[in-house]
Amino acid sequence: MFTILESRDLAPSIRYLRVAAPKIARRRKAGQFVIVRVDGDGERIPLTIADSDSTEGWIALVVQGVGKTTKAINLLEAGDSLSDVAGPLGMPSRIDEVGTAVVIGGGVGTAIAYPTAVALKEAGNHVISIIGAQTGAQIVLESEMEVACDEVYVTTDDGSVGYHGFVTGKLSELIDEGRQLDLVIAIGPIPMMKAVAEVTRPCAIDTIVSLNPIMVDGTGMCGGCRVVVGDETKFACVDGPEFDAHQVDFDLLERRNRAYATFEHQRDSDMQAAIDLQSAS
Amino acid sequence: MNELTKRERMAMSRSEMPARPADERNSDFGEVNLGFTAGLAVLEAQRCLMCRRPVCIEGCPVGVQITEFIDLVAAGDFGEAAKVIKRDNSLPAICGRVCPQEDQCEGACVLAKKGKPIAIGALERFVADFEREHDLMHAEPTAIRTGKSVAIVGSGPAGLACATDLAKLGHDVTVFEALHELGGVLSYGIPEFRLPKEIVAAEVEQLELLGVRFVTNAVIGMMDTIDDLLDEEGFDAVFIGVGAGLPRFPNVPGENLIGVYSANEFLTRINLMKAYQVGSDTPIFDVTGKAVAVFGGGNTAMDAIRTSLRLGASTATLVYRRSREEMPARHEEVEHAEEEGVGFQMLTAPLAFLGDNDGFLTGMRLQAMQLGEPDESGRRRPVPVPGAVTTKDVDMVVIAIGNAPNPLLAKTAPDLEHTRWGTLLADATTGRTSKRGVFAGGDIVTGGATVILAMGAGRTAAASIDEFLRTDDWERSVQ
Repeated sequence: MFTILESRDLAPSIRYLRVAAPKIARRRKAGQFVIVRVDGDGERIPLTIADSDSTEGWIALVVQGVGKTTKAINLLEAGDSLSDVAGPLGMPSRIDEVGTAVVIGGGVGTAIAYPTAVALKEAGNHVISIIGAQTGAQIVLESEMEVACDEVYVTTDDGSVGYHGFVTGKLSELIDEGRQLDLVIAIGPIPMMKAVAEVTRPCAIDTIVSLNPIMVDGTGMCGGCRVVVGDETKFACVDGPEFDAHQVDFDLLERRNRAYATFEHQRDSDMQAAIDLQSAS
Repeated sequence: MNELTKRERMAMSRSEMPARPADERNSDFGEVNLGFTAGLAVLEAQRCLMCRRPVCIEGCPVGVQITEFIDLVAAGDFGEAAKVIKRDNSLPAICGRVCPQEDQCEGACVLAKKGKPIAIGALERFVADFEREHDLMHAEPTAIRTGKSVAIVGSGPAGLACATDLAKLGHDVTVFEALHELGGVLSYGIPEFRLPKEIVAAEVEQLELLGVRFVTNAVIGMMDTIDDLLDEEGFDAVFIGVGAGLPRFPNVPGENLIGVYSANEFLTRINLMKAYQVGSDTPIFDVTGKAVAVFGGGNTAMDAIRTSLRLGASTATLVYRRSREEMPARHEEVEHAEEEGVGFQMLTAPLAFLGDNDGFLTGMRLQAMQLGEPDESGRRRPVPVPGAVTTKDVDMVVIAIGNAPNPLLAKTAPDLEHTRWGTLLADATTGRTSKRGVFAGGDIVTGGATVILAMGAGRTAAASIDEFLRTDDWERSVQ
């Protein structure tokens, strides 16, 4: 059992959890993930590690409640526990001194991008972060990014906070201003990552994305997380999760992530009904 | 004890394993084989000729004292028979179910020439089940403690066999498992209808009684490395039995369509994650009333295709590129599959998988094959029949054409030498790798093989580990 040390809301339906996992905290590097199971009958889901402390022996997860399991995790409080946490899994982010790096986080992706931004800064880069969401209330980790990065830009689809538009709009502005950008790392919804790749492709800026395919074991055993990168099939769990954005087949990833849409829809509405029933009584 | 004459014994016919009717069992996950009754077991045991030089034992990768246990079964002393088996095999209820006995003990049996070898597998299973069901399993930690500790990486057959022997020798043993459940392929790979998970759990429990410690969610290589285990955690030796867990795909167009699974993923969702149960959190493609094809000819392919029938598939076709004679699956599995309604399309290979606009599988293009010259495996190589291409509708496909070694651990232990196929180099007679104090065995060394061969490798390594711990001599000459 893995005890939850802290659990709080970062934004509506986005929760920050600190989990006691000393062995994972000791080894974990930016960009890696864990496989989590909530309870005895639960499914295995991958969650990127947002932060960790090897001395205190914890890892942090930022979870958006979108499906049954993530919603169940977001109901947990400090003192509760997760039955299984395995990791750290996946290849760490490649952290080099490149000059100027842009770290782009979309929605909950900002939480995943945050440790990479910290590591890039520590490696001596000038780090610009662009963090976007649909609306201001969904922006997470803005102040943490302010501390970690040299420049921070907030974008919202509805214009409620910061730049009015998508993260790609702000990114294009920087490019148009003639800024020398040496590396872009984009983490967020698939359409966002795909759009970022298209913005940087013409200027040939190295661009990395962190992919989130469906996984079961997370150790290369099942092959469920296969993605196509540059016409080659890769297993995101062991070869990734970070890949060259200009080589990724995003359409395939998007389709494969919808494999169980019908099942999940049914299961999630059953789950919601159970929660409603519980809160009504 | 056995008072029948040799002639009388030779005249008796072989007792066959009772099984549930095919049309009943193919729609649920209950066990297919029912096991011998005590009466059948005694009758079968009485047929044994008690050879002075029992060749059956030579055919057993772990050297179970077969004639000795069968003699006890014939006398009705099942509890003692179980103890005899367990001297050499810690997982008899599992081996009695999944070993390819026809190629091993039963294949070697002198009566095999007459087509009726002693049903050693069925007897082993009966004895192990009898012991468990009558609560006679009483493993106790040995009184002698050596003070030495061994880390075992992987809780599959190799690791469990290695752990048992080392624990019995008085070493402290800790088994690390990457998944949340123990058993490795016994848990995620082999379906409930062939190996009920409660049997795996009961055998693991015996190891706990022996004092073996189990740590789940421990992805060695990523969490602790081999060096961490030796240097920081203070283990005196490490055994690597992580299996061959990287699924192979045929490398044809369309293999990433939704509805194309590796056997590992399909079986893991079913066996480990219980996706077949109503209300399971883990989804599985809904094949009710749909067409399923499984590619491959081994036991895993049989497990996958028989599972798809149980999930409600309307047609279940096993597609194999060679002919039926070359299929590596056990005869029993092939027969069971056929009885349950599996169709066999032999001498056929996949050319492409076809899908709709949403990326879901809808069909497959198949190439007819013929057998050419023998290849390096000694089997005749399948070659395409020119122009013989067909297209067929299919809703789900499972690829069961084998596994490559998982490089996850090796990548984090660069001082472990491996072959160009990615398997770890380990001495066959000692399990010793290129790294002092580190041993390996099972599929990670041999490539995909069987439960019992992995167990044999685990036992071989255990003996060698014990010797290393006692002598501290790594450069021991190979005997």
